[in-house]
Amino acid sequence: MYKLWASIYKEFLLLIRDVGGLTILFVMPLVLIITITLIQDSSFKSIQQSKITILIVDNDKGMISSTIFEGMRAQNLFEIIVKEKESEVEELVFKGTYQLAIVIPKNLSKDLELKISQNVEGVLADFGLENEETSATKIEISTKEVRLYFDPAIQQSFKTSIKSGIDKMISKIETESIYKAFQEQLSDDDSSFTFNSEKFITFNEITPKLKEDEVLPNSAQHNVPAWTLFAIFFIIVPLSINMVKEKSQGTFVRLRTNPVSYSIVLAGKTVVFLTVCLIQFFLMVLIGVYLFPVLGLPSLGVSGKLFLAFIVALFSGLAAVGLGLLLGTVAKSQEQAAPFGATFVVVLAALGGVWVPVFMMPNFMQFISNLSPMNWGLNAFYDVFLRNVGLLEILPEIGLLFLFFLATTIISIIYNNKKNAV
Amino acid sequence: MLHIQQLSKKYKGADYYSVSNLDLDILEGEIFGILGPNGAGKTTLISMLCSLIKPTSGTFTINNLDYINDKKELKQLIGIVPQEYALYPSLTAYENLSYFGSMYGLHGKILKESIYLYLDKMGLLEFANKKIEIFSGGMKRRINLIASILHQPKILFLDEPTVGVDVQSKNVIIDHLKQLNKQGTTIVYTSHHLNEAEHFCTRVAIIDHGKIIVQGQPKKLITSNEKAHNLEDVFIAFTGKELRDHV
Repeated sequence: MYKLWASIYKEFLLLIRDVGGLTILFVMPLVLIITITLIQDSSFKSIQQSKITILIVDNDKGMISSTIFEGMRAQNLFEIIVKEKESEVEELVFKGTYQLAIVIPKNLSKDLELKISQNVEGVLADFGLENEETSATKIEISTKEVRLYFDPAIQQSFKTSIKSGIDKMISKIETESIYKAFQEQLSDDDSSFTFNSEKFITFNEITPKLKEDEVLPNSAQHNVPAWTLFAIFFIIVPLSINMVKEKSQGTFVRLRTNPVSYSIVLAGKTVVFLTVCLIQFFLMVLIGVYLFPVLGLPSLGVSGKLFLAFIVALFSGLAAVGLGLLLGTVAKSQEQAAPFGATFVVVLAALGGVWVPVFMMPNFMQFISNLSPMNWGLNAFYDVFLRNVGLLEILPEIGLLFLFFLATTIISIIYNNKKNAV
Repeated sequence: MLHIQQLSKKYKGADYYSVSNLDLDILEGEIFGILGPNGAGKTTLISMLCSLIKPTSGTFTINNLDYINDKKELKQLIGIVPQEYALYPSLTAYENLSYFGSMYGLHGKILKESIYLYLDKMGLLEFANKKIEIFSGGMKRRINLIASILHQPKILFLDEPTVGVDVQSKNVIIDHLKQLNKQGTTIVYTSHHLNEAEHFCTRVAIIDHGKIIVQGQPKKLITSNEKAHNLEDVFIAFTGKELRDHV
């Protein structure tokens, strides 16, 4: 027991003597979480608040184009610049000067109106309600194409949301035109009420409830757990470097000649580096709860969740430390440990769903994701912060994290014993 | 004290044995020097005796304890002063010694008193709370030695303990080793300083190509060789003047 205590104390001293390393260990995750949340929150807000400049070539100059203009202005999301030539907007957008251009085809309003009129007349004729003024011959109307130009650097998700927005706007115009056409055909008085075009189906998102306080998932609830986990797993870099340093300094050779088992050496490191992980967790939570609102970010809701979140952080920390011990045992130099450790954490984070949600990954990657300890940790954190579950529900995930710690530590001990067997 | 029987070591991928069928007996209370040119097998031999590397074949016992079956007890008996400083640079002298002493099961008042006693003997008492990273080479060598003797080992292995230190530090180290030996610690040491070995060791073995080519008391080895005036002459006579550059 005394050997373990001495090992813990030694690791503690080594850690606090490296002021630069210690600062990086605690400050960088905080910088990371603030930066990421600010970016994500501002990009979320930018869709709602900041204006995106759109180039529009209006070859229609009719009802549809004016409705598109009105619709876009009403949303207050876009700043519209009208251009005359399609070739000009193509060049401006493809060069990246502007991110988006819409080219409305010639006669779109007129042709849409004509097309709808023909369709409505056809339907009414089937019911024997043929109008006297109905034209005898149908004019062939070709389909119309609204052309969209995107800056090649624009992300797919942005493209999809813009396409869907414009599609929705045009669908609305089409629907209203159909209603209008029917109304014109069926009623002599255009002002009289025939069709109610108000939305019949609306959406209401129901969120999980904790006691009386409704929890609305926000960027803090997503980001703090995700990036806390990322920071916790980054412990493998300083931990593995610490172990490789012992090899290069010769202190590990001395330890091997001492009557002390490798498991005691690892236990000392585990206690200290796990403590670092937990301090990181509490700092992140403090930032989420107290600093985020000051920065105009949504506050992290921890009411009734702190104990379970601490349990998740504890087991995630154990898994991360286990991985660090394994890397430190196997690596022969800092040049091996540092780049591998940093890259591996990024890979684990990607697999774990820190950037792209797991359900959006291809099937094969979803399967691989199930093997990532960061996925287990993230799920457990989301269970606590967003799904308001109890200890029983997170047991499978924290169980896997603990098994991962046991497995990596046992492999480290076996590897060391085998490599240094005498 | 130390009984070595047919001990051999061949590294993976090597063409030759670093230590080959080596037999040696070192008696309790001896200061035994293992001398040899670069690559002769000195460090490999010491590393095997300190349980750092596994012998390819052969066996050895220390104080009748077998290196395979009595590993833990054996580690408690020995002390090793490695060639490297093997200290934590960011810890103070006291913290380093306290940690390594603890690994031998020492703690509390005994450990503390032992550390201050040795620091005083080695002239380092005033530097007890200074970090190792600011120490000179000679100071680090002395701390390196203290870290290996705090638990008062029965047998102390030293791999070139005075390399790279000034005469003053070297004298302190050698004097202290002699004192330890008088107190009952058997010393096994390797060195390239043949003059130092001649005066320090009670017995030496010159090894080359992993085998002992001659062993005995330094004075007897010198007198038994007509052309030799000192141990270096004996060394050259047995190992030749050729450079030993090989990998």
